[in-house]
Amino acid sequence: MLYESSSTAIAIFAAFVLGVVGLSFFLGRKGQSAKGYYAAHGEIHWFVNGIAFAGDYLSAASFLGICGMIAFHGYDGFLYSIGFLAGWIVALFVIAEPIKALGKFTFADALDSRFNSRGIKLAVAISTLVVSIFYLIPQMVGAGDLIVPLLGLPHTVGVILVGVAVTLIVVTAGMVSTTWVQFIKGSLLVFFCGILAAMILNRGLVVGTGPAANLTPQVRTVTPDGTVLVDGKRQSKDHDLRPVGTIKALPARYAGQTATGPLRPLEYLSALEDSTIVTWSSKKHTDAEGTHTTYSPVERRGADLLKPGGYFKGLSTGKLADRLDFASLMLALFCGTASLPHILIRYYTVKDAAAARQSTVVGIAAIGAFYVLTLYLGLGAMTSGALDPTSTNMAAPLLAKSFSTTLFAIISAIAFTTVLGTVSGLIMAGSGAVAHDLVENVFRIPMTDHEKVRCGKIAAVGLGIIAMVLGVLFRNFNVSFLVGWAFNIAASANLPALVMLLFWPRTTKQGIVAAVTVGMLSSLAWILLSADTFEKVYGWSREASVVPFSQPGLVTIPLGFLVLVVVSLLTPKPGEAVRRHG
Amino acid sequence: MSAHESRSEPVNRETTGAASSRIGLGLFWIYVVLYAGFMVLVLYRPDLLSLRPFGGVNLAIAYGMGLIAGAFLLAIVYMAACRSVEDGGPPHG
Repeated sequence: MLYESSSTAIAIFAAFVLGVVGLSFFLGRKGQSAKGYYAAHGEIHWFVNGIAFAGDYLSAASFLGICGMIAFHGYDGFLYSIGFLAGWIVALFVIAEPIKALGKFTFADALDSRFNSRGIKLAVAISTLVVSIFYLIPQMVGAGDLIVPLLGLPHTVGVILVGVAVTLIVVTAGMVSTTWVQFIKGSLLVFFCGILAAMILNRGLVVGTGPAANLTPQVRTVTPDGTVLVDGKRQSKDHDLRPVGTIKALPARYAGQTATGPLRPLEYLSALEDSTIVTWSSKKHTDAEGTHTTYSPVERRGADLLKPGGYFKGLSTGKLADRLDFASLMLALFCGTASLPHILIRYYTVKDAAAARQSTVVGIAAIGAFYVLTLYLGLGAMTSGALDPTSTNMAAPLLAKSFSTTLFAIISAIAFTTVLGTVSGLIMAGSGAVAHDLVENVFRIPMTDHEKVRCGKIAAVGLGIIAMVLGVLFRNFNVSFLVGWAFNIAASANLPALVMLLFWPRTTKQGIVAAVTVGMLSSLAWILLSADTFEKVYGWSREASVVPFSQPGLVTIPLGFLVLVVVSLLTPKPGEAVRRHG
Repeated sequence: MSAHESRSEPVNRETTGAASSRIGLGLFWIYVVLYAGFMVLVLYRPDLLSLRPFGGVNLAIAYGMGLIAGAFLLAIVYMAACRSVEDGGPPHG
């Protein structure tokens, strides 16, 4: 669909971005020691840190991707919500306290605290960089997807805007400002989504009318020379794709009515289950005239939409490979949260273990509340009559637009700061890996405090540029797919080493290096050889793939543990190694 | 946990840290059972997830919401338990 840029949207958007960058300049004026730059002087209050956890964690995938998936496919997006949130249990109950007691600035420090080994620092720094970059790609792609319909600008411009804004923030004030960016983002996101959810409940369920109730299939064609046609005629403001997503019939108990009126939260869900809803599916085919995507309506009972299987079609085939694939993804989500370098780094910004615990509880509360809201936002979008059939990512902002243009502008701006916050955190983790781990510790280049900070800033700029380039290269990718990659790699590379270090005294430094390296390389290789990658990246046939299912976690996470145990047992005990080498 | 290093660390800190860790792991396994139970239903008994035991929402939604709320509740239990361990001094054993 075509979007007009609205000057309200631009004004609110600009105000947000300038406000956030201005705040970071202000906070950056306070002195910048290395500790201050990387770990915010260890003084962030646990409540602020907890909300900042939420702001850091709730990325474009959470907000745009999950709502969009629920809006188009039903329940399955909620499975992502559950998996993402459950991962915090691993973070809090297994990792939180021990890791706070160990490290200084970065994840690599924590893993290396017992051995002081350059091998460990190198392996973990590379793993941090790889995971950070994989997690950066979907954020940058998401940023571009936000800018296109909001401001009517090309995707590349959106990516560059994010890259420049974030690099400015990180370079001027490092961790302090990113904590505050994420605190602001976290609060705003939960607050405005709460308002939107309340408006959805207040509207209740309404039988669709207007253009969205038109059930004629629509065809979007891209001709070889790049022209876009809709139903055969050139796409224009007056001839465009129709918005979709409506209710066909309300539950029997509302016979004769066209609207249910305001509903309570559980009532809304049960009424939806008893309704008939029109969702839209798409089919692509290419011929001499171009690539045609046909969007067709599909009437579904609410009860069928509100159960698993709408997106993960494999769940209903009963094939073992499909079941393993799904289990593997849910395992990777469960293990991945605690393994993400940009989350772990936030433990170092509070005073002590108790504060770290409290801030994680606050984080879980905020994130959990948000994921409950995503179910309502997604279902509200599904029945809003305002969905763009070509884009799942726009479901949540367009839902807001169906209520009010101002709310649409605000939510879009918040979505954009969502991306700003996540990308800030990732660049911080990455620049820490480069400056602190690689340059200072592995290459042993001595630096003054001031030089360390400068090194970190140069690394941040470099990472910002890489992120922008990749965001442009991968712009046609599904955002959740890319996030799944990052979670799989993080869990495979980082979790086995972290858990075994914390709980098994026989862990040796060679064991850690081996586990991190094998976990990272095996999950990366598996992903690059999977059917999804064959089809969507290389353009080859799915059947040619050599691995049985797409998500590596089920295989590569246990592999990491196995490698660590075997290598540790084959190498000298930690105490003996110290005695031998003095 | 760090049995080899315990002699060089103050006893107080070691035992409260170990106690917190034990509580955490116990609560972790409880959650793993709940989470795994949900996955088993999704994979092998999806028909059960369509049931509407509370007359309103189906089990898929109820269980999902339960997992989210449950994570938060367990986190509060954990925080309270650790605080009482730290306030009350080192536990027995």
